[in-house]
Amino acid sequence: MTDRALVVVRAGALTTVQDRGRPGHAHLGVPRSGALDGPAAALVNRLVGNPPGAAVLETTLNGCALRPRSTVVMAVGGAPSPVRVGGRPVAWGAPVVVPAGQLLEVGTAVLGVRAYVAVSGGLDVEPVLGSRSTDLLSGLGPAPLADGVVLPLGDPPGPHARVDVAPQPRPPAELVLRVTPGPRDDWFTPRAVHDFTSRVYRVSSASNRIGLRTEGPALERARAGELPSEGMVLGAVQVPPDGRPVVFLADHPTTGGYPVIAVVRAADLPAAAQAVPGVPVRFVAVRRR
Amino acid sequence: MRALAVGDRALLVEVASGEEARALHAELLRRRAEGSLIVDEIVPAARTVLLDGLADPSGWARELTAAEVPPAPAHTRTVVTLPVRYDGPDLAEVAAHWGVPEPEVARIHAAAEFTVAFCGFAPGFGYLTGLPARYDVPRRDTPRTAVPAGSVALAGPYTGVYPRSSPGGWQLIGTTDAALWDHARVPAALLTPGARVRFAPVATA
Repeated sequence: MTDRALVVVRAGALTTVQDRGRPGHAHLGVPRSGALDGPAAALVNRLVGNPPGAAVLETTLNGCALRPRSTVVMAVGGAPSPVRVGGRPVAWGAPVVVPAGQLLEVGTAVLGVRAYVAVSGGLDVEPVLGSRSTDLLSGLGPAPLADGVVLPLGDPPGPHARVDVAPQPRPPAELVLRVTPGPRDDWFTPRAVHDFTSRVYRVSSASNRIGLRTEGPALERARAGELPSEGMVLGAVQVPPDGRPVVFLADHPTTGGYPVIAVVRAADLPAAAQAVPGVPVRFVAVRRR
Repeated sequence: MRALAVGDRALLVEVASGEEARALHAELLRRRAEGSLIVDEIVPAARTVLLDGLADPSGWARELTAAEVPPAPAHTRTVVTLPVRYDGPDLAEVAAHWGVPEPEVARIHAAAEFTVAFCGFAPGFGYLTGLPARYDVPRRDTPRTAVPAGSVALAGPYTGVYPRSSPGGWQLIGTTDAALWDHARVPAALLTPGARVRFAPVATA
């Protein structure tokens, strides 16, 4: 039995394995999945000397606790959170050596939603269609962590120049999402199109890896009836019958029948992954590049 | 054809019918295979094909808007045959919608040849067309919280088979043991866009 493994002592509210996902299979109904805050996942990998696409853990609000069976380098980033090794506080956003059998604890996020935990060598669970990501919409990839689960680790990376500290953006106090209009803005009244980019929404507690749900002014449709199912992109702002915009995140369905009023710039989606319920959201119309 | 911009890197190409969408999808796959179209995802749907991950979406929008819908490609010769027990709990309801005696549902459904128009909803879930329009049925008023894997189901103009147990609002007419999704197989989906499908009735247990 290998000791290159990580024991999950406390799984937390929702902790999943994530890498860069499995794009390229949308035509088969397979969501892209992958870390919601991609830059944070890439950063913690760099901190422990992994390639940026190695599999890491993505926690939700209240962290997790992990015990490696062999001595490893770990790093916690994304949502700023208290980190302890063997009960002693250690640095967040920096590589820390965790001796074999010691407990690394990630506490409740001080700001933001999702912390990322990288381990030297990466998590070596079985890939599905080229990715180790858990997809909560379709059920592909490993199940969300449960207490007592043991995760295999990959071989530690060779000698490398590790990054010791790296700046990370603060989770937003106000989420500003730049959007380009369409493809179905003509399904909404001029008033709704105006409201969408001028009024303030708030992040709904019903948000998840599939979509950032919002509360705010309902957007009224200019036409009734059903839109035949059509392909959906990451960042699409879909408006279901209740009129509240939903921003599609990594586990979004590949096709959908509710009209998309606008699409959020990809660069703004990592911040959306860190916006806690209640945070104000403004959609700002920008010119298409 | 109409090409709608979707964000900065995608294009939704809209055509008039499912048949045109199938033709456009085949042409776009051909262009990708020959190397003239570089794109991350080509996602066909009911009346559209989505091109996601284009370096120059406006250039493609101009080109596709000016082009005619290509002629429909010949159907592939291979037909996927799914053995099905027509034992679904909604057979009576479907028979009532169709205005036929209940045993006729299996005969009519198994006599048709289907095409996978597109996939979605779940990995390996295909939206199959092939029944005449008079056999369209509405979704159930109240979706089921758990539809068993392998359920053969109808909604609107489509037939679908649930690859795994999931909630669903379609009318269930039968069950198949075929593995719709197996991620160890290449391709993982048994039903891929453009594939032809027949349902072969087997005796109910």
